[in-house]
Amino acid sequence: MTAVTDRQKLQYIAAKAADSRVNVELETEGMILNMGPQHPATHGTLRIVAKLDGEQVVAAEPIAGYMHRGYEKLTEVRTYPQITALVNRIDWLGSFANEVPFILASEQLMGIEAPPRAQWIRTLLFEMSRVANLILFLGDMGVQLGAVTPAFFAFRDREFVLDQIEAVTGGRFHPNFDRIGGLKDDLPKGWLAETKNVMNKVRSFCDQIEGLLMNAEVFATRTRGIGVIPADVAMQYGLSGANARASGIDWDLRRDAPFGFVYPELDWKVWTHPDGDSFARFWVRLQEVRESTKMIDQICDGVPGGPIMAKVPRIIKVPAGEAYVTTENPLGEMGFYIVSKGELAPFRVKIRSASFNNVSITPWLLRGVYVPDIITILASLYFILGDIDR
Amino acid sequence: MIQAVLHPMFGLELAYWQETIIRVLLGLVALLLLTGGAVYLYLFKFVSFMQSRLGPMEAGPYGSMQLLAEVGKWLQKEDIFTEDSDKFIFGIAPAVVLASTFLMFVVIPAGPSAVVADLGTGIYFVLAMSSLSVIGILMAGWASANKYALMGALRAGGQLIAYELPLVLAVLGVVISAGSLNLQDIVAAQSDGAIFGWTGIGNPYILTQIVGFGIFLIAVQAELTQTPFDMPIAESELVAGYQVEYTGIRFLVYFIAEFATAVAFAAVASTLFLGGWQLPGAWGLSDGAMNVIGPLMISTKAVLLVGVVFWVRFSLPRFREDQLQKLAWKVLIPLALANIVVTGVMKVVF
Amino acid sequence: MANKPKVPGIIKGLGITMKTAVETMFPDGLLRPPSPSKGASTVQYPHEKEEPVARARGVIALKEDNCTSCMLCARECPDWCIYIEAHKTLAPPRREGGKPRSVNALDRFDIDYSLCMYCGICVEVCPFEALFWSPEYEYSEVRIQDLLHDKSRLDEWMETVPDFEPLEAGSEVKVKKVPR
Repeated sequence: MTAVTDRQKLQYIAAKAADSRVNVELETEGMILNMGPQHPATHGTLRIVAKLDGEQVVAAEPIAGYMHRGYEKLTEVRTYPQITALVNRIDWLGSFANEVPFILASEQLMGIEAPPRAQWIRTLLFEMSRVANLILFLGDMGVQLGAVTPAFFAFRDREFVLDQIEAVTGGRFHPNFDRIGGLKDDLPKGWLAETKNVMNKVRSFCDQIEGLLMNAEVFATRTRGIGVIPADVAMQYGLSGANARASGIDWDLRRDAPFGFVYPELDWKVWTHPDGDSFARFWVRLQEVRESTKMIDQICDGVPGGPIMAKVPRIIKVPAGEAYVTTENPLGEMGFYIVSKGELAPFRVKIRSASFNNVSITPWLLRGVYVPDIITILASLYFILGDIDR
Repeated sequence: MIQAVLHPMFGLELAYWQETIIRVLLGLVALLLLTGGAVYLYLFKFVSFMQSRLGPMEAGPYGSMQLLAEVGKWLQKEDIFTEDSDKFIFGIAPAVVLASTFLMFVVIPAGPSAVVADLGTGIYFVLAMSSLSVIGILMAGWASANKYALMGALRAGGQLIAYELPLVLAVLGVVISAGSLNLQDIVAAQSDGAIFGWTGIGNPYILTQIVGFGIFLIAVQAELTQTPFDMPIAESELVAGYQVEYTGIRFLVYFIAEFATAVAFAAVASTLFLGGWQLPGAWGLSDGAMNVIGPLMISTKAVLLVGVVFWVRFSLPRFREDQLQKLAWKVLIPLALANIVVTGVMKVVF
Repeated sequence: MANKPKVPGIIKGLGITMKTAVETMFPDGLLRPPSPSKGASTVQYPHEKEEPVARARGVIALKEDNCTSCMLCARECPDWCIYIEAHKTLAPPRREGGKPRSVNALDRFDIDYSLCMYCGICVEVCPFEALFWSPEYEYSEVRIQDLLHDKSRLDEWMETVPDFEPLEAGSEVKVKKVPR
């Protein structure tokens, strides 16, 4: 782990200088490369229009919106259980994590608290969705850099986690399991022991990825010093999650605002990295996966007995009011702001998604990098299009 | 050999041109069979096992007919020319690349007389022919009228030309040790040589030229535009680079050319470093027998080396273009030059 | 950034892939004959099939006798993919000399699986336990109209519904029984 070198500092200063240069200089020099909505590197339908000078990017602009599904409008005509089913699909890789801030905000409005067993199992499934999401990131980073084999290992080991989620919720990708007041159902017999087994496999997968991808010198030369985001710039652009922690910002909502979860009762640590380059973002997420597996083991040992659901009326009408809850989702900080007028459907739901802010840094970040580095930087920022466009 | 076989059997006296045609056909058949075998074994099966899956299993027993199915599939696709493309150049670019591969295979010996043309400047010819593919790639990139193809082709041009030099310099070490450019002479020098006086397995140059072998393999990986040097075909950025506008037969030709070149380079490497078609040690077999065993030997060695190439290909991420160039110019070429100097000194001293 | 490939990192990576290849080819160790089909992590789908877990959301089955056409499932479905039509009939009285009861009789209960998003709200909301999840998943059709499963087809799925599983220790939820 190296501190920010002088070269990286110079790169940052050059980027700031480029800021003023692009405003003054006249348009259209060089080639315009359109990394269109259909492209293997852009994780979905993101379009990046880059002005190139040879192989160097002069200016880049991301154009999102190709996958806009109108979530916030849909929620105005859906009841709360229906919205829970829909919201799974915003970040489809760690889908349980999408339901949780919505449910927590609704519970805050209704003044209900879930029983302890439900809170523990909720935290457990939240961490499992983080593990599933980040395993895919580890494999996908390899693919974007040219190594196809880690991706297969990632999918293989992610299947175990998805099988566990399916065993308890019935759905691999869209669990639809969180309910206002608790969870839909309880754990089947033998699930906790099997989950600890699966976490062992995930840990050995992390070791495999470290040996195969992270320790390869090629990987280090492709990612070290590429896409350096200093901490103050990260905060200005609203980066969150592992992206911010990789720039040295020590901020994790699980530790600082664990409302509705059982994180204070677990023994875990927050991983940060001072560099802020693509390697740091990869490293932080790798350590986060390992930390999550340890947390899941602790939760499996400590789940208390008790009811799984609080006393909740059959037809859910949330009383009038506003509530905003953010949680530390796998992609970053996700928040739901619910305005309710006491009816079956909320009046307005605003979704603060992590990837939208994470991708907003690309015009600043992609200036002056080479074309292959665009891919590395986008891969390391790790956004899901469903999360950007909602 | 062909005279020796056919004269007693059929009483035929073949003219030189007839014999050449038979040799060329046999050479082509050998190359295509080897390519097909290498594709099946490595691209379909070995990589699948490395990724914990089984690969194609449906076409034929254990998926052995998959390559034929793929060939059939590509043959029946529509041959598309984009509107802005330069049609003539776009059309013949794949042929140029394939021609350079076949030409490379012409001099590789597979037995005492099982070679299509035994040129005096064998290895020089091989290296010259392998550079022809650069032209084909640049033609493809420019004529495609596609920015991605153009970027891929330019990267390929820079990379292939840069890695020619380590390739040539690594070979020079072997040439100095053997004292001849002719490939048959190099094979003979390896089998007749001795390691400190022990003639057990001859003197395969992999032992004395291990640095040259390493540089040659790295340069071959780059010449084939395989990961970690596959910037020209960087799949996740350029989506097949200079090949992106090709469909149907022409894409198939690129596919075959890639694997045939891999087999050809591996055959060259096994001739230069592993002892070629000779068995290790002096077995005293007749020339006729060696003309049958020789092709099998060199096929085995070539297939093993192709395996190494693909093993590295599917395990490592790719270099960026400028890092590629730095590796070639700042690391491999100085190493290769040092290798030549040391080899020359050792040859004179010992 | 100039790089001289130090031997360890890349070679270790190559070692990991070779190890995986060997593990796939020889899952029982190097002394037994190779059997990649056993060592691979994949399943050859049409020839071998994986068993989904009991709670897997494959298809919804209907127990017609329990359904009173309260319309709760049709109302709560986020996609409105359940179509119910019913009429009132008279059923015989429960005791001798009592009044005939009026009950709902189902005419039509269709679930359109081309719209269904497999969320399970209908199954959860049904107060009379008439809808159940079944892990069957092989019902794809050639025509989209055939994805509209009518009453009789939904009744056929009831045979594939597994029993509810026992729950983990510490749970206070009562495990229900599937009416057969």
